[in-house]
Amino acid sequence: MSATTLGARIAAPAARAPVWPSGWAAGLAWIGTAALISLWPDADDLGRTWELAALAAGFGGAILVGAVAATLPALAPRLAPLRAAGPWLLVLALALAAWELVTAKLDWLPRPFFAAPQSILEVFTDDYARLGESVGRSLLLVAPGYALGAGAGFLFGVAMGWSRIVGYWAHPVVRLIGPLPATAWLPIAFFAFTSSRGASTFLIALASFFPVTVLTWSGVSAVSKAYYDVARTMGASPWFLVRKVAVPAAMPSVFVGLFMGLGASFSVLVVAEMMGVKAGLGWYMQWAQGWAAYANMYAALLVLALMCSSAVTLLFRLRDHLLSWQKGLVRW
Amino acid sequence: MVNGARLDVRGVSHAFALEKRALRVLEDIDFTAEPGEFVALLGPSGCGKSTLLRLVAGLEPPTEGRLLVDGKEITGTDPSRTVMFQDPTLFPWRTVRGNAQLGPEARGSLAVNAQRIEEALTLVGLAGFAEAYPHQLSGGMAQRASLARALVNEPKVLMLDEPLGKLDSLTRLAMQRELVALWERERFTALLVTHDVEEALLLADRVLVLSDRPARIRADIRVEQPRPRRRDQPSLVALREEILGLLGLAEAA
Repeated sequence: MSATTLGARIAAPAARAPVWPSGWAAGLAWIGTAALISLWPDADDLGRTWELAALAAGFGGAILVGAVAATLPALAPRLAPLRAAGPWLLVLALALAAWELVTAKLDWLPRPFFAAPQSILEVFTDDYARLGESVGRSLLLVAPGYALGAGAGFLFGVAMGWSRIVGYWAHPVVRLIGPLPATAWLPIAFFAFTSSRGASTFLIALASFFPVTVLTWSGVSAVSKAYYDVARTMGASPWFLVRKVAVPAAMPSVFVGLFMGLGASFSVLVVAEMMGVKAGLGWYMQWAQGWAAYANMYAALLVLALMCSSAVTLLFRLRDHLLSWQKGLVRW
Repeated sequence: MVNGARLDVRGVSHAFALEKRALRVLEDIDFTAEPGEFVALLGPSGCGKSTLLRLVAGLEPPTEGRLLVDGKEITGTDPSRTVMFQDPTLFPWRTVRGNAQLGPEARGSLAVNAQRIEEALTLVGLAGFAEAYPHQLSGGMAQRASLARALVNEPKVLMLDEPLGKLDSLTRLAMQRELVALWERERFTALLVTHDVEEALLLADRVLVLSDRPARIRADIRVEQPRPRRRDQPSLVALREEILGLLGLAEAA
């Protein structure tokens, strides 16, 4: 009897992983959606219907391949994250089918305010150059402004938290000016700066400056006095205390400020692009709306969402890397 | 091979400025610790023992009186006088090794002391945990890391501010033994703050019994019992009774 248990144990690692039911369901749902898109005629003349169906079918096929692979012992561990996404993949297929039905097939939702999925796909296939350039222009506008504001806010926050004098003079100013939305400076910024680029950079910098300043400051102020005592008894200079005690101890708080500042920067970016700058995703959306090209607007919105989300993901990756010493970090 | 320094505390009084009135915590403290001597400061909690350590460390100047190390007045902090605090106060963003090397790093002598850092980690039994972060350590391991961080500076006076106060009783027993072994090896002058009578008697050459706040020295008791000591040795039991009597906590015989 012990021999059989032993045998079972040896055989266990080679056994197939359990079937992935939600994967099979999702794959079939995507293929079903593809069939719906291609076989049900559109209510109106729309482009890229066939391409959309092909994409959905290809995606469904890939999921089915994944569902087969997920049961193979060699691939099962690697495909574990995909397994977790099963319900989402299924719901997304159903959502696409529903969207396709109420727009392209049944024409229940008024056009042009509601775009069919294939119309948005058409924007990506036909207008990718202009969209790509808009992304580039937006990034080139937001990145220097954010870096400037975050960098200055960090230094200023450390100075406020460290020096009593700086704190005394800066605190009331930060309290009064800080909560003011950066966009309120828009009229002043556009006449104070000769170029709309300069004005936008200033506003974006301002938007990220405030949260980074306040959270760096509070982070530095909250550092336990015991840490300074320990370092001082070992001969640390004030400069060492700032660099190697105050700043690292404040980093968790600084990252909260960087995260909030990033959100504020994007908000100002879009407003600035809609108001004065003649480039970027904000401008693209404004321009598309002017032409009643709502599909283009939705496509740009989607790209903007991906851009902002990627930036936040990048920031959180950096934080996880730098603050790996913390336990129980919030996952993004 | 005595590495310790002679510590003179001359008529030291200290007060904290609270709102409107001064809170006196130390009153005319006067004693000398010989080089390499192990002195315990024993008193009720909140009596000002830790304040005395802060003065010796040079973290604060005394309101009155003088403190001298090897005849030189203490004017500020110095790595030759390091403190092991009640909480390990390890920097959570640094590994055990990163914490241990804090002193040399702060003084810009990291390269010279690389060997010393590894030795200190080995000495406290943390050589295998050099890359661990403080949140991965148990309470006893964290205090060992804190001890290594102090030892790296080759202190002439090592101040121990109830360093074992928050450990569980088994870890505490083990670390009391380790502390004595370490002191016998390195021969620094040790100043142990504790409110545990047995701990003071097990470790120290001399026990200074302090009164309630403001703390004065009530008694200066020499512990002659040779080491290794055991807590049930008759001479220690007798001293324990005497000290508890001084603290007004004598057990009815």
